[in-house]
Amino acid sequence: MTTLVFAVLYLSAAVFFIATAARAVLYARQPIHLRWELYPVPHEHPERVKHGGSYFEQVDWWKKPPRFNLLGELSFMVPEMLFLKALHEFNRKLWYRSFPFHFGLYLMMGTVGLVLLAALLALFAPALMAGPLGTGLHLLYTATGAVGVLLAMAGALLLLHRRLTDPVLKIYTTPGDIFNLLFFLVAFGVLAAGYLVKGPGFPGVRGLAEGLLRGDLSLPIPPLFGAGLILSGLLAAYIPLTHMSHFVGKYFTYHSVRWEDHPNRPGGAIEKKLAEYLTYRPTWASPHVTADGKRTWADVATTNPWQGEKK
Amino acid sequence: MKDKINLSDMSRPDRKPLTHVENADLMPLPPPLDSPEKDVPWTPLSEKVRQSVECGLDDTCALNIPQPKSREEEEELVRKFLSGLDKLFTKENNWTFLQPLVLTMEHCAKCQTCSEACHIFEASGGNELYRPTFRSEILRRLYFKYVKHGGLLSAWQHGDIEVNWPLVARLAELSYRCNLCRRCAQTCPIGADNGLVAHELRKLFSQEMGINAKECHDNGSVLQLKVGSSTGMSSLVVKDNIEFIDEDMTEKTGIQVETPWDVEGAEVLLIHNAGEIMAWPENPGAFAVILNAAGITWTLSSELAGYDSINYGLWYDDAQFARVAIKHAEAAKKLKVKKIVLGECGHAHKALSVIADRVLTGELNIPRESSMTLLREIVMNDRIKLDPSRNDFPVTLHDPCNLVRLMGVVEPQREILRKICPQFREMWPHGVDNYCCGGGSGFAIMSGNNFQDWRFHVSGRKKLQQVLNAFADCLDPSIPKYICAPCSNCKGQFRDMLAYYEMWEKHRILYGGLVELIVNAMVDVKPGFIEWEWH
Repeated sequence: MTTLVFAVLYLSAAVFFIATAARAVLYARQPIHLRWELYPVPHEHPERVKHGGSYFEQVDWWKKPPRFNLLGELSFMVPEMLFLKALHEFNRKLWYRSFPFHFGLYLMMGTVGLVLLAALLALFAPALMAGPLGTGLHLLYTATGAVGVLLAMAGALLLLHRRLTDPVLKIYTTPGDIFNLLFFLVAFGVLAAGYLVKGPGFPGVRGLAEGLLRGDLSLPIPPLFGAGLILSGLLAAYIPLTHMSHFVGKYFTYHSVRWEDHPNRPGGAIEKKLAEYLTYRPTWASPHVTADGKRTWADVATTNPWQGEKK
Repeated sequence: MKDKINLSDMSRPDRKPLTHVENADLMPLPPPLDSPEKDVPWTPLSEKVRQSVECGLDDTCALNIPQPKSREEEEELVRKFLSGLDKLFTKENNWTFLQPLVLTMEHCAKCQTCSEACHIFEASGGNELYRPTFRSEILRRLYFKYVKHGGLLSAWQHGDIEVNWPLVARLAELSYRCNLCRRCAQTCPIGADNGLVAHELRKLFSQEMGINAKECHDNGSVLQLKVGSSTGMSSLVVKDNIEFIDEDMTEKTGIQVETPWDVEGAEVLLIHNAGEIMAWPENPGAFAVILNAAGITWTLSSELAGYDSINYGLWYDDAQFARVAIKHAEAAKKLKVKKIVLGECGHAHKALSVIADRVLTGELNIPRESSMTLLREIVMNDRIKLDPSRNDFPVTLHDPCNLVRLMGVVEPQREILRKICPQFREMWPHGVDNYCCGGGSGFAIMSGNNFQDWRFHVSGRKKLQQVLNAFADCLDPSIPKYICAPCSNCKGQFRDMLAYYEMWEKHRILYGGLVELIVNAMVDVKPGFIEWEWH
């Protein structure tokens, strides 16, 4: 059992990180698109953020030094990431279901981090963990884990209920959507049940994490808790392969699209990239485009098929 | 009667429309249009149209796609569509929007948060077909099936869809049931963009299949590239018209008005939407009065497209968009002006200032600026003398989406109105949270078949509600009221929609631009620049 659990956890972690990174790299490598920002843009000047304005509100804006309002961006991003501010503002009914789910996941991720930290400290600075720090960390990750799993399961249940009962959502819901929520419920349910009925000889989550880091296959892992760990590992590996990877996508939709307002300065980095894109050879078939796979975008854009024609 | 519509209905082989909308289904309006009976009846599509073109979506038809004559022709069209779909997701063909499109395809959580933000969905009374995610979900399923070549597992995860000609034809029409205002995208917790989906679908149809709205393509960008303006005005004709406007303005204002043409080295190249010159000549006339009075060295250009800021490619075709943007920049480059200033036209603002920013490189990257900021500079720095009491009537401001939500020019026009219009009142919501006039993305110039019935009843309904609410305390026809709409397309929509609902005849609600209000308040100008007449 222990070998299987550890193998699944190692592999799942690898798949999670590789798939997440691959997705991020895929988006990051896509060409810079034409500007498509949406206001308000929170890194604008604080006076303009108030009404959603842009640097275009200034006369001779190109003569003004560029300015990036990091505080403005953070004051938008942090509440959005932690508390799903946009959903709270625009879809309160869903927020009551989605927020506990997401916040529960954050707490569970935090729990994993704290447990790994405690395990590392126990391995490399055991004296530290013998004292109040060890007790404190134990209390903290026990609390975050318990609250996290409860919130995530409650949220998943509420979201599933909505998916199954809302007639509008039914039109757009696929079997995969239902499966995804059930996967969360089952994985976390088994994990929580396994923890509660762990029985004697259980090394504790920190002990388990230490064993995982050391590769100690002699640790006894109760079957139900082991099943919970396997399911949770598989879930973690599955997420970045689906649309639930929106934690990656969202970075790009906000930073590379909604808030991407960098002007194309003559001789700048954007212009250099555009020079490359203008050498691409489109193959659009409508005659008016005049793309034949040989002509470049620059050729197409500078061609006026109607030049000299009369009305 | 509300129809129950599913995604799979898009592939229904018959040509019967998927939905029919009646006045009783629509979002209620405030007085005086506070019951379906007071609303205007719809004109049904003619039988001839139903028999000859594809109109299997709803009560109207925007594109006039001829019905294929054989199964082979249908299959060929579907093949072309799938070929275009593939190209939409390659960097060689669509580097311009590939990243945002892929992000939208792969990350929508189908939570429907965006739906409540969509004025078309709300105004339709919640018709499923007009839900912003409806067309996106169709494209998403096509993407996973035909671009990503997902098999059964993908269909189980992302949903399946059957592609056939009826679906393709309906999807083409459905891409023209969105104003591209992107209010939905503003509310998406993940940042998915249903407006972009409609935009990209239009591009696919135009760039691969030659399917587009005649008003935007043949009579729009093609005509502009052919003769210089979508109005059909050549440079000779436009000069004649401006000369006439100058004479008219001189008489009307008591100030000698002369519009400079092709002045090399001018500080400002002003580019109007040429529709203003034809339909609202007092607008370019007022610009001339203000710029001359403020002592700005400015010019118009008589180069091809240099005197018409419209760029309809923005709504449906990247190639057409880039060509027109380059023509605008070339006109400025030839005159060696210091900057281009865009007149009162929202889509022209966004097209040349924002979107074309990554088309214009090297010497064509000439600074572009909004007329709103220049006008604010003039008005707030007292470069012209103004008497606000001349504008002492109720004024509300319509925010063109392209200017506010999509470009962030929000305050300059408000500062001016607060200074010169004592009875200025906001619509709610406004600024970056505004609602589209209903004419956005080309609809204002589209009225073939009975399309205008749809755009007044559905896409313009929310704006009409906002206008009626803004003037709720002064609907009495003895009080003249003014909707300030600093955008030619929005004005076109207001002109047609207010006439449709007889808002001028019955309630004295007029519309116009910002510069007209400024000139109306100019102390040096004869009083009464704004003529309270319908035009």
